[in-house]
Amino acid sequence: MVSYSTPLSDLFIRVKAENRAALIGYLPAGFPSIAHSSRVIAAMVEGGVDAIEIGFPYSDPVMDGPVIQDAAEQSLKNGTGASDVFDLMAATTKLGVPAVVMTYWNPIERYGVEAFAASLKAAGGSGVITPDLTVEESSQWSKAAEDSEINRIYVVAPSTSENRMPLVTSQCSGFIYAASLMGVTGTRTSVSGDARDLVSRIRSTSDLPVAVGLGVSNATQAHEVAAYADGVIVGSAFIREVQESATIDEACERVRALASSLAQGVRR
Amino acid sequence: MTPEATAQVRAILGHFGNYGGRFVPEALIGALDQLEAAHLAAKSDPSFQAELAELHRTYTGRPSIITEAKRFAEHAGGARIFLKREDLNHTGSHKINNVLGQALLTKRMGKKRIIAETGAGQHGVASATAAALMGLECVVYMGEEDTKRQALNVARMKLLGAEVVPVTQGSKTLKDAINEAMRDWVTNVETTHYLLGTVAGPHPFPEMVRDFHRVIGVEARAQMLAEVGRLPDAVLACVGGGSNAIGIFHPFIDDADVRLIGFEAGGSGVETGKHAATITGGSPGVLHGTRTYVLQDANGQTIESHSISAGLDYPGVGPEHAYLHDIGRAEYRAINDDQAMQAFSLLSRTEGIIPAIETAHALAGALIVGRELGPDAILLINNSGRGDKDVQTAAQYFGIPL
Repeated sequence: MVSYSTPLSDLFIRVKAENRAALIGYLPAGFPSIAHSSRVIAAMVEGGVDAIEIGFPYSDPVMDGPVIQDAAEQSLKNGTGASDVFDLMAATTKLGVPAVVMTYWNPIERYGVEAFAASLKAAGGSGVITPDLTVEESSQWSKAAEDSEINRIYVVAPSTSENRMPLVTSQCSGFIYAASLMGVTGTRTSVSGDARDLVSRIRSTSDLPVAVGLGVSNATQAHEVAAYADGVIVGSAFIREVQESATIDEACERVRALASSLAQGVRR
Repeated sequence: MTPEATAQVRAILGHFGNYGGRFVPEALIGALDQLEAAHLAAKSDPSFQAELAELHRTYTGRPSIITEAKRFAEHAGGARIFLKREDLNHTGSHKINNVLGQALLTKRMGKKRIIAETGAGQHGVASATAAALMGLECVVYMGEEDTKRQALNVARMKLLGAEVVPVTQGSKTLKDAINEAMRDWVTNVETTHYLLGTVAGPHPFPEMVRDFHRVIGVEARAQMLAEVGRLPDAVLACVGGGSNAIGIFHPFIDDADVRLIGFEAGGSGVETGKHAATITGGSPGVLHGTRTYVLQDANGQTIESHSISAGLDYPGVGPEHAYLHDIGRAEYRAINDDQAMQAFSLLSRTEGIIPAIETAHALAGALIVGRELGPDAILLINNSGRGDKDVQTAAQYFGIPL
């Protein structure tokens, strides 16, 4: 168990007191451009997003559906690198919201495991979500994250067995990411019924907050998930608003409107 | 090599030294555990081994023969050169060894659907073949670029009853086909087996695929002893993901006097950056679920590989090769496109054997190693595939009008 708090862990305490779930919004760094991603994030926050998940765009995103793949590809074409991710992190945390990075493992290993944790901390980041780092491979990362006093967030899936569940959840700090379904990121017409069941299975092994991701795109779904989860993660739906906008001003306006609608949803 | 080091090569918990392991979404862990258990059970189950051996005898055409390439050897400093004829297997390459093994495991696991990735189409064709033989549904992911370059193989897969899905993401080649197959697997893992075609990917794939290809080296070792009364001085193979190479290398690992030499695709030349020589020109990293050598940039993004040979055109390599390289048990060198095509032509004209362009990289390597070792040397080359699929590429390269 970690003994330190982060802005992220403080947020979950606060929203619990407010009897609601936290709204977490995802955007890849460098999307739609290196100059404009901070504006989209500011629009999310203005609309009521409580915490930001900054994606480190990666060339081989096996957990992501077409919407995030396209956004990551565009971001990589824009030349986004580690320094842009940390710059965006600094700009985001200056807005007063907790933020984490979501990244596949190789960019961390390439940057240097200890250095990545330290740079993230220096930019005000609360932690890192690592969707393809299995707990079996995590010892170096665990130490680095603890040394820098940041949270380690792992994804738990509906297929995670009863035996394995505590092995994963005991390695998490900040919150536990519950993947609502077996599949990749992207909007769905309904949130999988597996999600509620998964959250209750997670809670039987851990007292940490649980946030649900994969497939949430509107206020109705957010409301449904907020009834049993501590956090609701929305990614592809925000990206789609940006992709469908002709200008950055329009993108920010649409993102703000979606955030505000989702923020109503997470209030019970 | 010390016995301790040898023991390490025999993967411990899916690791080869610091390489290998599992870097995958949590959703896949259950399926990988199930696969590992099925593989281990099958490995020690005489009825499984007998069923696979019988399939190899009556369907694959095993054992594959060895052929001494005397006229070709005249160009290699006089060394004696033996070819392990995996090109004579059903479907035309070593790929069938692994595919039949995994298809049998799929049935044992009670799954009815297989998915596979393919670059040039060889593994896709082999997978479609096994699926047809065993009554499994088969979906093959193939980069859109590759479906255009290898239209004939797309047709072959369709004739065999498989569905071919062109992948339009990313670079639209093999690595993106693997990404898309992984996404399918994450979604459909309960009913579907991912029939990965090389010794890469998360544990247990590198170990399991190697085990299914070891038959190459086991046969070849005995055949060399029978034919020439001694082991070869060097065993040579081409390396993309590295499945044919590990298959022939592995049974020789404890034979300390036998050099193991892998030939990577040097493309336009490693110094140009346009190559697929992952060990020669890459660095340790994580790709497609395993830690190994990877072609990557300063941010850890995968760099696109380049090779005239679609089957070697991959920016990663099996983790066991990374390990064998680091401990010095195997050597890896790069052969560029032109060297490979010259060897392709030479074997065709001196032996009447048209090799796959992948295999031609090992043949080009033999011309160099033969001269280095001199006329007393004996070389064993894994002639991993036949060149029928490459006729169009070769005709274009040599300016033969079609």
